[in-house]
Amino acid sequence: MIRIDSVTKRYPDGTVAVDRLSLDIPDRSITVLVGPSGCGKTTTLRMINRMVEPTEGTILIDGEDSRRQPVTTLRRSMGYVIQNAGLFQHRTIADNIATVPRLLGWGKQRARDRAAELMERVGLDPSLAGRYPYQLSGGQQQRVGVARALAADPPVLLMDEPFSAVDPVVRKGLQDELLRIQDELGKTIVFVTHDIDEAIKLGTMVAVLREGGRLAQYAPPAELLSRPADGFVEDFLGADRGIRRLSFFPSAALEPATDAVIPAGATAERIAATAAPHLLVTDAEGRPLGWAAREELTGGDVGTDRLLPYGRPFVPGVDSLRTALDSAVLSPTGWAVAVDGDGRVTGVVSQQTIGEAIRAAHTAAHTAGGAGTAGRAEDEKVAG
Amino acid sequence: MNVLDFVNAFFSDGAHWQGYDGIPRRFWEHVQYSVLALAVAAAIGLPVGLLTGHTGRGGNALAFLANAARALPSFGLLVLAVLLIGFGLLPVMIPLVVLAVPPILVTTYEAVRSVDPAPVDAARGMGMHESRILFRVEVPVALPLILSGMRSAAIQIVSTATIAAYVSLGGLGRYIIDGLYQRDYEKVVGGATLVAFLALLTLALFWAAGRLAVSPGVRRR
Repeated sequence: MIRIDSVTKRYPDGTVAVDRLSLDIPDRSITVLVGPSGCGKTTTLRMINRMVEPTEGTILIDGEDSRRQPVTTLRRSMGYVIQNAGLFQHRTIADNIATVPRLLGWGKQRARDRAAELMERVGLDPSLAGRYPYQLSGGQQQRVGVARALAADPPVLLMDEPFSAVDPVVRKGLQDELLRIQDELGKTIVFVTHDIDEAIKLGTMVAVLREGGRLAQYAPPAELLSRPADGFVEDFLGADRGIRRLSFFPSAALEPATDAVIPAGATAERIAATAAPHLLVTDAEGRPLGWAAREELTGGDVGTDRLLPYGRPFVPGVDSLRTALDSAVLSPTGWAVAVDGDGRVTGVVSQQTIGEAIRAAHTAAHTAGGAGTAGRAEDEKVAG
Repeated sequence: MNVLDFVNAFFSDGAHWQGYDGIPRRFWEHVQYSVLALAVAAAIGLPVGLLTGHTGRGGNALAFLANAARALPSFGLLVLAVLLIGFGLLPVMIPLVVLAVPPILVTTYEAVRSVDPAPVDAARGMGMHESRILFRVEVPVALPLILSGMRSAAIQIVSTATIAAYVSLGGLGRYIIDGLYQRDYEKVVGGATLVAFLALLTLALFWAAGRLAVSPGVRRR
């Protein structure tokens, strides 16, 4: 565990970047430092590998003062990823990744094998090994940056706004990739960002810092959304934290209704047997085609061009209540379309049913929080 | 007679190609003076430029010294050195080195200082020692600029090394100075042509050195 113990960083001109900050960073989890610019989040991160020396206080790594080992030894035991990757442009991708293993005295072949292994792990085509950084896109460069940090298999990974310079689509891909890698490797990751959505998506624990380097709140993301410590944190979280919090509630409890789902070409009797005002028409494989008003359907062939769009379906049990609600809001009929992993309709869910599920989840979370488990039950993030 | 006739006459005279005052010997002398002066200037300019560029300290003092050195006239310095030391190779080396240190030092300083700080930060964060950061991260990227400083210093040395002949030494300056004294303009033009050829050869050598030493990742092709 990394323990930051009442650490202060004061510069010679009197500026206080970090003010008596204490944080316990749990092992094998992602701890995100988030806050506006000038809140000392990067300074805090850089004090962990002593790129910045604290003015007061101590940083303990597994109980030992970080100043007790040589600074290069300390840094080699921690992967370091920065914005824009900071790749060495005169070295090939494979040589970039092999930097720390070579520093540690590994042989050429072993370092090269390791580089190849890591390229695969971070989702880079092995054919890029002999290329130079300028030949790669920003997203690929950042993957190389992550691979380089992981090369010597350090227990700790320090990441300083690693994904803020890439476009939103690439950023989402990199975030998903990081979560996947973290599932496989279980590193102790300290991640700095100014993007609260990124913090909530990635963090096991989120530390919100305010200007002047003071800690505003340190909590799991779900708790941050449900119980912001003060006005500053609430403002920083933004207006729709209620909606965003739904990301932490699973949709498994929703039971899709099947009576409003009919296959294309259903008989008039079959249509007459349903009570719902809108019917979801599916193709022969059970995939959704669109909505139709019941009175418009007379049986037999339906012109698919006359159907209303069905929005974006959700997968119960995989997606969160946020995705389910979004699905219902997008659907012109107000009913969310539930599908299985292969995209086949399993039923439809009304906004009202989702509303009930949200209330039930809130009650459950409140009870769990009241029992002193600090909302750990909500902690397991739901995909989507 | 025009210049080309002079050139033609000078180089087609077989007597110019052999003996004590022959082209191969004078050419070789000139190369020796130039290489020696460049080596001494690089031995002074490169370490100081690398160190100040890496630490970012001492840049202003450096620019001041370099500009002061640039203001010194080479010929005046040569006369002064001969008066103080007497004849020999040393008084010739002094103005040549003084001429060559500023471009090497200032360009090296600027080259290292202008390296993208992100990879340097990454290298430090990965636990590289400072000397390794300088030589393995900064220098490879700064190399094209460092070489260009060396190249302009080398060209200036090659053209200025003709002054060695003023103090009874050899080199291609011999033809120019003797030719002027003897009013033998064929000799003057021949000597000047050889100096120009050596300057072009120097350019070619630095181009080749750049191709060999600079990583394709930095050259970007």
